[in-house]
Amino acid sequence: MAKKLRVAHLYPKLMNIYGDRGNILCLKRRCEERGLDFELDELSVGEKLKSDHYDLIFIGGAQDVDQRRVAGDLREVKGDALREAVENGVVVLAVCGGYQLMGRYYRTAEGAELPGVGLLDMWTIHPGEADKRFIGNIVVEWNGGTLVGFENHGGRTYLGDGARPLGKVVYGFGNNGEDAGEGAARAGVFGTYLHGSLLPKNPKFADHVIQAALSRRYEGIELDEIDDRVEEAAHAAAVQLAMGRSII
Amino acid sequence: MIRRSVAVAAAKLTGGLSRRLGFGGGTALPGLVAERIDPEIVSDMAAQLGRGSVLVTGTNGKTTTARLLRGILRSSGLSPVANSAGSNMMRGIAAALAESATWTGDIRQRDRRIGVFEVDEATLPQAVSALRPRAIVFTNLFRDQLDRYGEVEYVGGIWRETIDGLDAKVTVILNADDPSLAALGRRAGLRTLFFGLEDESLAIEKLEHAADARWCSICGRELSYSAIYYGHLGHWRCEGCDTSRPGVEVGITSIETFPEALSLTVSLPNDQTAQFKLPLSGLYNAYNALAAAAAASALGATNHDIERGLRHASATFGRQERLTIEGRDVEVILAKNPAGLNEVLRTITNNGRSENIVFFLNDDIADGRDISWIWDVDFELLSGSLKNVTVSGIRAWDMALRLKYAGFDTFDRVELDTERALRKALTETPEGEPLIVVPTYTAMLDVREMLARWAGKKAFWQED
Ligand SMILES: [Zn+2]
Repeated sequence: MAKKLRVAHLYPKLMNIYGDRGNILCLKRRCEERGLDFELDELSVGEKLKSDHYDLIFIGGAQDVDQRRVAGDLREVKGDALREAVENGVVVLAVCGGYQLMGRYYRTAEGAELPGVGLLDMWTIHPGEADKRFIGNIVVEWNGGTLVGFENHGGRTYLGDGARPLGKVVYGFGNNGEDAGEGAARAGVFGTYLHGSLLPKNPKFADHVIQAALSRRYEGIELDEIDDRVEEAAHAAAVQLAMGRSII
Repeated sequence: MIRRSVAVAAAKLTGGLSRRLGFGGGTALPGLVAERIDPEIVSDMAAQLGRGSVLVTGTNGKTTTARLLRGILRSSGLSPVANSAGSNMMRGIAAALAESATWTGDIRQRDRRIGVFEVDEATLPQAVSALRPRAIVFTNLFRDQLDRYGEVEYVGGIWRETIDGLDAKVTVILNADDPSLAALGRRAGLRTLFFGLEDESLAIEKLEHAADARWCSICGRELSYSAIYYGHLGHWRCEGCDTSRPGVEVGITSIETFPEALSLTVSLPNDQTAQFKLPLSGLYNAYNALAAAAAASALGATNHDIERGLRHASATFGRQERLTIEGRDVEVILAKNPAGLNEVLRTITNNGRSENIVFFLNDDIADGRDISWIWDVDFELLSGSLKNVTVSGIRAWDMALRLKYAGFDTFDRVELDTERALRKALTETPEGEPLIVVPTYTAMLDVREMLARWAGKKAFWQED
């Protein structure tokens, strides 16, 4: 029987504002090209999460209004299962608004505090609508290579001692525009502000996530090489455009 | 008064000069000059318009709706003043007013003059306070240029505040099929006119990936739909609090679709009906015609004016325009956001015109810096029909990657240079077949100019 990647996509309707669908399409495509089966469950507000079934849990970005609804559901319905899943070795990928909710809390522009699920030692503070929003192309140094994407967030994220940044900002703002950190990571949990979509044009990172997720049930699994010429070209072009424009 | 005439004269000079020097349309620069010299220029000159002003705003369809409305008003004997080349911030409006005035800043033919201005979503508050419009048309609210506005919710918020401050005499014309616009009409004492599609036979089966605003604005519950037309537009209701699509005063009761036209029956207030064939295709254009008919009817146009005006409608530059070049029928369709592009793809596929396509994806400010939206477009609609695809623009490789995911082998289909890409796409289109050109906004300006040159047409700013 073919090996299978089981994915839970949390709040696909509420948390999908920045083309996050591309991330799911990418996971599916990169599995299927290698003859791996792909299973996807979409879980919305009110639906329970099984803590030992999935290999990967994905959560995308959202508008602030929707983020509040999701924060409530994470607290009341899915939070415990999500923390348990990570204990069980399940991998989590959280982007933008979803990333902010993986931390300790998110303080909104109005000063309300949305509690996060606490999977990452970080917190996010929105300084208010008068402050500059971090919007633009971003290039991040990651794992000896680069990640490219687009960021668009008002909140500033700060990491505690229990988390390290996912990568180092080469061009753009990243977590808070001050310390050159972008995203946060700890064993099996990846959080980032990059959308655009993140995975399709960062194929190495996509495979890194897929491999980590599959390793839970298939120890030592290696992913076959696939044709990434268009992916690599899109990645290189994005790096060049961001950097080239930064000089001007 | 002296400042006004200096401002107007300066605007006229700048406009004429920039056109003569070939800087393009010169549609925004003169307005900027006029505003610098006289910040009150817009309100001062708008006050001279004998029939007042109408504003058209919304994510998709502003330009076409405003153009169709002008056609109707013209056929009822009025002389519209308009920012016709799509320059929809205050300076574009200032330029249009300056253009219609004498060198001393007096509007000519005052009693027949009506302003029909398309207004950028975020510019609406300033436009309302400067122009004091008689009516405002809201076409729809989709996610668009999130990098500029931050969030869809931001635009909704601005509109709510604007409506809250409106004089009770202003008619607010709203798309009932868009739940977030219907919500705008709930302010007490507001004079509203709702329009919408009544013909349920044109509904698509399920919500597209691009759909947004599917949540009840009152209780937050997910809305349910008995018909969906495009994006999140349709016949909706909330089962939580029993809010539903408002009844419409102006509606399309039947549509017949042809490859290059739509035959529409529109119900109007007082049991009147307008029936006409519109020389445009696509359901989005049915909405544009409907919005224009609703606005015209609010301004007192008769069903005959509406029929006559819409029958003679011509496509707005670049929005849906056809040229014949070297025996190929070349059609340019602007791509702005997922909901709009989905509807375009559906229309060309249904009309059997989706075999040869060239995409231009740019990410300049006017296009939107964030190109993530292409992942919310159902390019998969093209699989099965698309044979020749060429990909170009600043973000050509992002588009190539998105199309790869839709099943097209695009590695050898990227041509970064605009002119070469267009040439290649044209050459590869078999003679007698149509070529569809899908550019984002800034790419459209280049593409349009090249095509016009090849076809021997005059440039857009010389047209109506
Ligand atoms: Zn409700």
